[in-house]
Amino acid sequence: MACVMWAEQMSLPKNRSAPQQGRCTGVFQSVFPAEQHAVRKVLHAVMARFAPHISEGEAGALELLLAELMNNIVEHGYAPGRVGSISLSILCDGRGLSCSLIDDGKPLPSRCLHPPGLPDTAVAAESLPEGGFGWFLIHDLARDLRYRREDGQNLLDFRLPLGAPEG
Amino acid sequence: MKLSAEAVDSSLVVRLCESRLDAAIAIEFKDRMREMLAYPSPHVVLDMAEVGFLDSSGLGALVAVMKSLSPGRQLELRGLSANVERVFRLTRMDSVFTISADVPRDGLRDVG
Repeated sequence: MACVMWAEQMSLPKNRSAPQQGRCTGVFQSVFPAEQHAVRKVLHAVMARFAPHISEGEAGALELLLAELMNNIVEHGYAPGRVGSISLSILCDGRGLSCSLIDDGKPLPSRCLHPPGLPDTAVAAESLPEGGFGWFLIHDLARDLRYRREDGQNLLDFRLPLGAPEG
Repeated sequence: MKLSAEAVDSSLVVRLCESRLDAAIAIEFKDRMREMLAYPSPHVVLDMAEVGFLDSSGLGALVAVMKSLSPGRQLELRGLSANVERVFRLTRMDSVFTISADVPRDGLRDVG
């Protein structure tokens, strides 16, 4: 029954010292294939780079936001059979993380840019939604989410403030 | 993907031995859980104590698993980390799933 053998592979850095707000500075940049396992790898690298300098809640929000946005590109951005690329940049200035994602896939549908309501959960079990949570989480966690289409590329940026009370 | 299962009294206890339940394994997870659920216990516990990260695809897979249970069978989620629990809370799915507050038996958890 033990899970120990497989559990450590992708987990957050353990036993890290207490977050020291204001020490989070610097830039992370990566260009990688729009493919799920590449997304996992880059998330691991982002967490290794920033998690030691921000709170656990902030790290969780950052990882979830990036995962939702990048998996959306993987699943919907490129035509089937075409493996495109994703470019991710993160700048941490101590007060927040400014993130930017670029891909050259299909334009993002404008409906994605409006905060959606939550799927209705007050329904019978067999009618429960299995999707529709991704963009809700993105709009809930991101600040200053902006999108533009330029020269055949999707440019999406957002900010994750640091040091805010966690809810 | 690693899942293990054991029968404990009238419960089937399935342990997800993965650090992430995400888009990369969501479909395989659904398929493997359906195989596990062929064991006819009225009560199913999914122990997620090893899972440190859940995304919307993983959440959707959990909903699909719950919906696939025949009437009268109950799914309980156990051992949710703070990071995973937050996804349930933000999406209000904590009101839909039965989530038990049991702490994992073998895990020393980070505090704060």
